[in-house]
Amino acid sequence: MSTRDRRVRTGLPVLLWVPAAVALALVVLPVIGLVARSDLSSLPARISSPGAVAALGLSLRTAALSTVLCLLLGGPLAVVLARSRVPGVRVLRAVVLLPLVLPPVVGGLALLYLLGRGGLLGSHLPGIRIPYTTAAVVIAQVFVAMPFLVVGLEGALRTAGERYEAVATTLGARPWTVFRRVTVPLVLPALGSGLVLSFARALGEFGATITFAGSLEGVTRTLPLQVYLLAETDVDGAVALSLLLVVVAVAVIAVARPRALRGQR
Amino acid sequence: MRKLAVVAAAALALAGCGTGSDPGGRALTVFAAASLTESFTALADRFEADHPGVDVRLNFAGSSALAQQLANDASADVFASADTANMEKVEALLAAPAVVFATNKLTIVTPPGNPAKITGLADLGREGVTAVVCAPQVPCGAAAEKAADTAGVTLRPASEEQDVKAVLTKVRAGEADAGLVYVSDAEAAGDGVTAVGFPEADKAVNDYPIAVLKSAPQADLAREFVDLVRGPAGRARLAEAGFGAP
Repeated sequence: MSTRDRRVRTGLPVLLWVPAAVALALVVLPVIGLVARSDLSSLPARISSPGAVAALGLSLRTAALSTVLCLLLGGPLAVVLARSRVPGVRVLRAVVLLPLVLPPVVGGLALLYLLGRGGLLGSHLPGIRIPYTTAAVVIAQVFVAMPFLVVGLEGALRTAGERYEAVATTLGARPWTVFRRVTVPLVLPALGSGLVLSFARALGEFGATITFAGSLEGVTRTLPLQVYLLAETDVDGAVALSLLLVVVAVAVIAVARPRALRGQR
Repeated sequence: MRKLAVVAAAALALAGCGTGSDPGGRALTVFAAASLTESFTALADRFEADHPGVDVRLNFAGSSALAQQLANDASADVFASADTANMEKVEALLAAPAVVFATNKLTIVTPPGNPAKITGLADLGREGVTAVVCAPQVPCGAAAEKAADTAGVTLRPASEEQDVKAVLTKVRAGEADAGLVYVSDAEAAGDGVTAVGFPEADKAVNDYPIAVLKSAPQADLAREFVDLVRGPAGRARLAEAGFGAP
């Protein structure tokens, strides 16, 4: 800690320490409470129960797939929002934030009334059932997680500016080449942290999933849904699985976060 | 060391936020199962009318969640559970043994007009029927399992929901051909669903117990509220909502 302080040239106002410590306590103490509540001796058995294994596997698979979809769909959206001069793009920027502001349960209901059997689109898809499927879990996760990628990436694109792209264009590069060789490398760190955030958000998704996809073991019951179900009946089991989620989350942050930030320093 | 003290002080300050001051007048806190939402809201209004200055605060949730909250020191005067199992979880916290004040049984609900032509429990295992039930861990799911066992039927649910209201939501939205809910929930949904009764429901009747808590801040009012629920007015209101007599 102290070596780090010496590196900072401007002194840190002492006053900031108090709210900073409260903020840190607010994040860390609940996790400590969770660990304190857990029965470590029975932890392995609870985490390896068939329900828990099925939920963890489903969570990892759906969150990974959702992250890929966030990249393939949200990445281009961020570029369009940052670079396009189409009128109304500012309104679109606000619209993309909607899933961040909406309670996830509302998002789930909205998806249900769009893609459900009687929904706006769903009623025109005879024979295709989306709710209650693993696909519904992924759709719900993409809905809530994509804004994290889009917002971060779009901000980075706008901060980076268009100077290098303009130079490349004047040197004769085609738009696709400019995008591939200039734009993408410029925002790689932001892309990395956006993907990590999206994955983390998808992994923790609960409200939209339970509303839109339901809850069935191995099909739609992801780890957060399993925790919620167990919290009703088997608190120790719920605590054990919560710890598992914490461990996965910490692992994701530890592995991916420094790598994503390296380019920014 | 200094940082530690700050953290401790912060934690204390945060803890202090929890204990809000009561407004003027007396407040009676009632924890009640989600299925009692309509009937207890009406009874609470009546209780407030009969006791000027008293504010009845209702906390509706799944019985197991409420039992959990009570076990974690939630402050309440009255607890009304949708099954005896969850009341037994908080037995040590009760001022006196719980008494059963109502019963409830399952019914099949379908979207209005029963488009999938559901006639009995066996249809919920039929190919092509999207059925939604409660998870076996919660009371309505346990009752559903019991009824299915009695009928010798295997349910093939598309989803096992957390509570009975979630099942109802899926059916009302037309996203399920059939769901298993309590008679009282079907009643509350009115024209939003069509109820289809089935004989095996009588083999899985839920008893609803009510009790005053040992730590009740308003013990006298709590006993009066329980009397209201068990008395003629409560009986009538509960019967109207589809509940059976104990």
